[in-house]
Amino acid sequence: MRALPVLCLMLASVAAQAETAQQIGRTYAAEATARQAGFAPSAKRGETFFHQRFANNDKMPACTSCHTDSPLNGGQHAITGKAIRPLAVVANPERFADLAKVEKWFGRNCKEVIGRDCTPAEKADFVAYMSEVR
Amino acid sequence: MKRIAIILLLGTALPALADRVPLPANTPASYPAECSSCHMAYQPALLSANDWRRTMAGLKDHFGTDATVDGPAGQEIASFLERNAGNAGKLGSAGEPPRITQTARFIRKHREIAPRYWNDPRIKSAANCEACHRGAADGNYSEHDILIRELRR
Repeated sequence: MRALPVLCLMLASVAAQAETAQQIGRTYAAEATARQAGFAPSAKRGETFFHQRFANNDKMPACTSCHTDSPLNGGQHAITGKAIRPLAVVANPERFADLAKVEKWFGRNCKEVIGRDCTPAEKADFVAYMSEVR
Repeated sequence: MKRIAIILLLGTALPALADRVPLPANTPASYPAECSSCHMAYQPALLSANDWRRTMAGLKDHFGTDATVDGPAGQEIASFLERNAGNAGKLGSAGEPPRITQTARFIRKHREIAPRYWNDPRIKSAANCEACHRGAADGNYSEHDILIRELRR
């Protein structure tokens, strides 16, 4: 009997921690659908977005400036040289497992590279690409 | 005889100690979580309290990046850095904005490094301690443990 509340707590904490890339992708897709009926995430669009060059920051014109041309590879910060672990979930299971962390880095990196916030649709596509790329 | 041995031991131990700058044991988890993605978690002893205060007050434009840390985490990190900051007299001024690489201590310790190395693709930036100091994140800055072979002492 005493084990039951403990078990419940354990399950609850596991559920709180283990967000999956699919869940995070669905959260963004739902936001995107609210703005644009019929939206469906596309890994292909996410891939194009990942490689797109923006005219905002000449040191970091694209995601690839730090994350290299393949999200399966580790990267390097374009200014400081600090090593960056791969973005693709298959290469680094810690990616896209915590919505607050994902939001923090979209917030920082979109502003820095593109010069504006990313839209929910862009985020949904990006997460789809990073979950599916092999 | 025993005294000589102790003096000899001290003589070899002290220079090594001077290159050991570990993160304090009570470092809050928020510090590496918020401050070690773009660069390593620099040990608080590498800047004076006043320079950490100015760094934390200027995170909105942190070397060209918006590195704002909101809420309790920001306050926790600021007070941790100031509490464990280095000796201002020994470090010297870090300039404006404060840079660890502009402190008199950093400059003195690196005076034998030819300027071309700071742009070497293996190093990229003077902020990249770990490019040369393999154990930098653990606070080991020994000049005997340098990744770039020709710079090793």
